[in-house]
Amino acid sequence: MTQSLNTYRSGPDETGHFGIYGGRFVAETLMPLILEVEKAYAAARQDPSFQEEFDWYAKHYIGRPSPLYFAERLTEHLGGAKVYFKRDELNHTGAHKINNTLGQILLARRMGKTRIIAETGAGQHGVATATVCARFNLPCVVYMGATDIERQAPNVFRMKLLGAEVVPVTSGTGTLKDAMNDALRDWVANVESTFYIIGTVAGPHPYPAMVRDFQSVIGREVREQLAEFEGPGRLPDTLVASIGGGSNAMGLFHPFLDEPSVRMVGVEAAGHGIETGEHAASLNGGRPGVLHGNRTYLLQTDDGQIIDAYSISAGLDYPGIGPEHAWLHDTGRVDYVAITDREALDAFQLCTRLEGIIPALEPSHALAQVAKLAPELPKDHVLVVNLCGRGDKDVFSVAKILGVEL
Amino acid sequence: MTATLSVNGADGGSAQRAGTRLGRRFAALKREGRAGLVTFVTAGDPDPDSAFEILKGLPAAGADVIELGMPFSDPMADGPAIQAAGLRALKAGMTLRKTLDLVRRFREGDADTPIVLMGYYNPIYAMGVDRFLAEAVGAGVDGLIIVDLPPEEDAELCLPAREAGLDWIRLATPTTDDARLPVVLSRTGGFVYYVAIMGITGTRSAAAVEVEKAVQRLKRHTDLPIAVGFGIRTPEQAAEIARAADAAVVGSAIVDVVRGNLDEENRAKPGLAAAVHGLVRSLAEGVRAGRRQPR
Repeated sequence: MTQSLNTYRSGPDETGHFGIYGGRFVAETLMPLILEVEKAYAAARQDPSFQEEFDWYAKHYIGRPSPLYFAERLTEHLGGAKVYFKRDELNHTGAHKINNTLGQILLARRMGKTRIIAETGAGQHGVATATVCARFNLPCVVYMGATDIERQAPNVFRMKLLGAEVVPVTSGTGTLKDAMNDALRDWVANVESTFYIIGTVAGPHPYPAMVRDFQSVIGREVREQLAEFEGPGRLPDTLVASIGGGSNAMGLFHPFLDEPSVRMVGVEAAGHGIETGEHAASLNGGRPGVLHGNRTYLLQTDDGQIIDAYSISAGLDYPGIGPEHAWLHDTGRVDYVAITDREALDAFQLCTRLEGIIPALEPSHALAQVAKLAPELPKDHVLVVNLCGRGDKDVFSVAKILGVEL
Repeated sequence: MTATLSVNGADGGSAQRAGTRLGRRFAALKREGRAGLVTFVTAGDPDPDSAFEILKGLPAAGADVIELGMPFSDPMADGPAIQAAGLRALKAGMTLRKTLDLVRRFREGDADTPIVLMGYYNPIYAMGVDRFLAEAVGAGVDGLIIVDLPPEEDAELCLPAREAGLDWIRLATPTTDDARLPVVLSRTGGFVYYVAIMGITGTRSAAAVEVEKAVQRLKRHTDLPIAVGFGIRTPEQAAEIARAADAAVVGSAIVDVVRGNLDEENRAKPGLAAAVHGLVRSLAEGVRAGRRQPR
C-alpha cells in the first residue's frame, strides 16, 4: 500500500489497490487488454489535448457545467441546513452516467477500438453509452438482464433508437451482475476490436480510478459554484450521494476527500430493510470478497456465492460497490448509511412537490437521507446532495407502486 | 528455465516437481508415448451423490487427470453449459466444503489419479486461504486452476498454495504474447493449460494448426507438459489435439452429457454416470489414436 496517511486522494497504488481493495482479478485472456487500457489511460491523462477534448464535449454536448441550485423550499420545509442540489439530472440523457461514457469513448477512439460493449441495470448507463456511440459512429452492444429489460422498457427502446443492440441476459439470475458477466465474456472473445465501457467505479484496475476521474467533474464544479452563493473559499459542510456501484458519489466526494471539514455520506439502498435480506447495501449488509475484477464488499453467502441485490431502484441493485468506497468505509473517512424503498419513495414525492423537480429513484435515496440530516443541523450548515438522475424513467414504476393506473 | 519475473516476489520457475501425482502421471504418459485426457466435471452436478458416481468411474473410463469444477454463482470465464452445471450443483446444496469432501471420498478408492480443482477465487477467500489449503491438501487435491487470479495477484493464493505443496496451474491464451509468457509461466507447476480459443468455455473450436503452433511456442519457454482445452468436443478433435499437445482437456461436452441425462426437475436419470463414462471412453480412445512416438 502506498497511500500516505495525510491524503485520501493518492489511490490507487501502482497495482490498482485502495488499501486491500481493488486489484485485477480477471482471467488471463483479459490481462493483456487491461494492461493496455491502463497504459492508454495513463498517457491520455498526461495529454492536455485529451482533457481539452473531454471539456469541449462536456460543455457543448452534455451541457456542463450542471447548475448548483439552492433548494429553498426543501430547506424551509426541513428547517435546518441549507440544502443545495447538484443538478446532474439536467445533463444530456438525464443522469451523471454520460460524464463517464464520454471519457471512455474518447479513450476507446484513441486506442483505435472499433466496437463498444457495455452492461446496464436500469438502462441509464446503457443509454449513455448508446448515445456516445451514435455520436462517434461506433457499433454498440449493451448487455442487460432479462428481468431489467422488462421493468425498464422505455430505456430499452431508447437504446435501440440510438442504434445499439440490446442483448437480453438470461444466464445466472438475469440481472445487472449477470449482464456484467456476459459483457466480460463478450470482451474475452473480442479483445482485439472491442472496448468495454464499464458504467461504475468498479471492475479491474484501472476502471475504478478512471471512472472516478471522469465523474470528478461533478465535485470540481461544486467547489467553484458554491462560491457564487456562499462567498469565495466556502466549502460545503456535508455532501450526500446515493450509491449503487458508487460512481456519482465518488465523483462528488473525491475532490473534497482531503478537506477534513467536509463530512461525506454515501447512501446505499436498504430495499425492504437490511434485516429482511432484500437489499442492495454491500457495505452495511455485506462483507469483503472478489467479483468482477476487484476486491470489495459484496452481498454473498457464507460459502462465497453472490446474492442478488434488491432495490426499488434498478440503478442501485448491484451486489457490490466500488473498491475505493470499500476503502473509504474502512478508514472511516466517509459514512455509509442505508435508506429503504419506502423512505426513498417519500423523498421522491417530497422533492417533486416542493421543488418541481422529479428526481430519479436513485438520488431519492440520497434525498431521504438529507431529510433525516438537515433538520438536526444549524441553518448556516451547507449541505450538497447530488441529484444524479431525473425521474422521468421512473414515473411508471412509481405509479404502479402508489396504486395509480396510467 | 523461466525468464525474469516482472511480478513481485522471487520464487519459483515452472519446473515439474518430483514425487507429485501430476508429475508421476505425465512421466508415465511420456513413457507410453501418448497424450493424456483431462476431464472436467462440476462438483455436485446434478447432486453430490451422482457427482461422486461420475467422479469415481472417470479413471476406469480413461481419464488421466481430473479437473473438478468448484461451483460459483458468477463464473465469468465460462460459457452457459458450465455455468448452468454450477447453478444446478449450488441448488442441490453444493458448497466448497462439500467439494473437498467429494475429493476425500474419491481418494479413499484412488490414490493415483491427479485431481485439480478449477474455479474462482471468492468461495476460497470466503472460507479463508489457510483453512482452504490445509483442507485441500488433506483431502488429496493436487493442483489449483483459479481463473480470476492472474500473476499480478499471486500473493493472494498462488504463493501460499505452492508453499502448501499444491501445483499452481496457469492458463496461457492466444493473447499471452512472448513478452508476457514468462510471467504467466512463472510459479506454474504440474502442467500448463493452454486456452486454445479466444472466448469462454464450450463455444468455439480450435484449429489444429493454430494449436500446434501455439504449443511449439510454449515449449520454447517451458519444459512443463502442455494441456490444451476449450472447444474440444469429439474423439476426432481430441485425437488432433493429442498429436500436438501433451494432454487434451474436455469440459463442456461432458457437462452437456450430464444435462442430457436429467429429468425436467434436473434430477439424475438412471444411467447418468454410465453415459458420462461412455463419452469419456470414446474421448480416451480418440486421445490414444493420436498416439505419437515416445520421446
